[in-house]
Amino acid sequence: MAKRIDVSDLNIYYGNFRAVEGVTVSIEPRSVTALIGPSGCGKSTFLRSLNRMHEVLPGARVEGKVVMDGQDLYGADVDPVDVRRQIGMVFQRPNPFPTMSIYDNVAAGLRLNNKKMKKSELDDLVERSLRGANLWNEVKDRLDRPGSGLSGGQQQRLCIARAIAVEPDVLLMDEPCSALDPISTLAIEDLMTELKDKYTIVIVTHNMQQAARVSEQTGFFNLNGVGQPGRLIEFNPTEKIFSNPDERATEDYISGRFG
Amino acid sequence: MSQTTAAPPDAPAPTGIPRAGRLPRWAPYACFAAGAGAAVLLGLLTSLNPATFVIYTVVLGTIALYVASRRVEGSRRAIDRLVTCLVVSAFGIAMVPLISLVIEVLSQGLERLDGEFFSSSLVGVVGEGGGAYHALMGTLIVTGLTTLISVPIGLMTAIYLVEYGTGRLKRSITFMVDVMTGIPSIVAGLFAYALFASFLGPGIRLGIVGAVALSVLMIPVVVRSAEEVLKLVPNELREASYALGVPKWRTIVKVVIPTAIAGLGTGITLAIARVVGETAPLLVTVGITNATNFDPFDGRMATLPVYAYYQLTQPGVPPQFAIDRAWTAALLLIILVMGLNLVARLISRFFAPKTGR
Repeated sequence: MAKRIDVSDLNIYYGNFRAVEGVTVSIEPRSVTALIGPSGCGKSTFLRSLNRMHEVLPGARVEGKVVMDGQDLYGADVDPVDVRRQIGMVFQRPNPFPTMSIYDNVAAGLRLNNKKMKKSELDDLVERSLRGANLWNEVKDRLDRPGSGLSGGQQQRLCIARAIAVEPDVLLMDEPCSALDPISTLAIEDLMTELKDKYTIVIVTHNMQQAARVSEQTGFFNLNGVGQPGRLIEFNPTEKIFSNPDERATEDYISGRFG
Repeated sequence: MSQTTAAPPDAPAPTGIPRAGRLPRWAPYACFAAGAGAAVLLGLLTSLNPATFVIYTVVLGTIALYVASRRVEGSRRAIDRLVTCLVVSAFGIAMVPLISLVIEVLSQGLERLDGEFFSSSLVGVVGEGGGAYHALMGTLIVTGLTTLISVPIGLMTAIYLVEYGTGRLKRSITFMVDVMTGIPSIVAGLFAYALFASFLGPGIRLGIVGAVALSVLMIPVVVRSAEEVLKLVPNELREASYALGVPKWRTIVKVVIPTAIAGLGTGITLAIARVVGETAPLLVTVGITNATNFDPFDGRMATLPVYAYYQLTQPGVPPQFAIDRAWTAALLLIILVMGLNLVARLISRFFAPKTGR
């Protein structure tokens, strides 16, 4: 079910401001693709444009093509709601629904979409998703408690469980570990390694070690200056990026000699 | 500051921080007791009633405390104590009207707060007895209808403003709501009267007309409070829902509103409390009657504020019985408003998202 995504010549705008310019890239299925780069260079914006979350902001729009297994996600007849059902997303800050229990949070994707399901099937799905997110053993005795009562790392794994419960083809993660301690980070990195057997994963991270640890492909974004659009400078296998990058800017950024 | 040093108390602190003296904890009480004593002495010279006694005590006690503190603790602490006294006095002054109002209404109104007041109307009542059953029912019916009209319109307007509205339309609606908030209540009443009079002829008095008039006053309050509460719902929750492939309207119904339900309930309840005591618009739209009328679409109705108004201005002979009924109606109104405020607090406590810690 994992699918490949081909992006060609993508320009992303906030109103009249061009935030990202001319990105062309192919994201492989069943692998982890990491996006690195300095703050404000458009990594998150690019990530959000992959499941059409970018356009929920007022004035935001996109030019170019994003094709998932032959289907143009920005085609005129494509409903963004359907795109988001196939491409899940995990955000920087854990955001479980505060009015719902742990169980309901995981089931939210189905409940909110009014999918009818037998109680036993739903129970199975919730357990499978929580096991998939390595959270089951910690919460199995308190599924009816509010999700906001969990620790930050547990909340983030709850959000991952919620995202994989709708069985998407692709999982986008926007700095999923930036608010977490090293142990929770390790748990989520292990999780990514397991999940990539079934999903295409794209992760934005500020942590270069994390990109080196978890990803097969790495893209480096950069911008020439304040007010300039961000660009994809280099996209290569992770080993190559971190040992022998093609571009000078990539090497400078990775070795810390930036700017 | 006593347990820190073994050094003699008059020696400079080892850190070089200058040491100031402190008044003992009982000093403020002593100062105000002295102020009270001085006030009594003053009272021997002039006439003294409880109000002037309290004023003398507060003024003299504040001066005494300031002077004592300035001598012992220095000017900064003295000013601190002075301002503390001023703030507490201001609070006391603000409480005077509230407390005296409650005491007055209780003392005048409790007498007639009996079974008859709740069970009978004014049909055939001359002089003693009678009640406000018809007015209480009228208030409940008119306010209920008002809520029924205002809450859907107000909530949907707020949802439009927060979730959908952009640009000029949003700005102009916000502006209109602001203007509506400031409409004098009698103008709302005249508007509703004129509206219905143009269909049903002049002199029309119906419960529904009153409900429309009160809605004109209540809708902007509901919009404003609901808008503030909906804005407080974190955008991350909306995005989390969108990212699960949930359409926008379902996100609003199932995520945004449940998250904000406590604040919405509180705002609506307070908006009801705001209009339940309105008199002027009901005077011109609903009128008054002595009999019980449950039908807001047929004939005049009595409502508590208008009832109190007419009992006071047209009491009959002897007047005392009607004036007593007016006070009791006023007390009943205060109880209603306080009850609604209590309900609002309970709503915000019980519906707030649980943290589970």
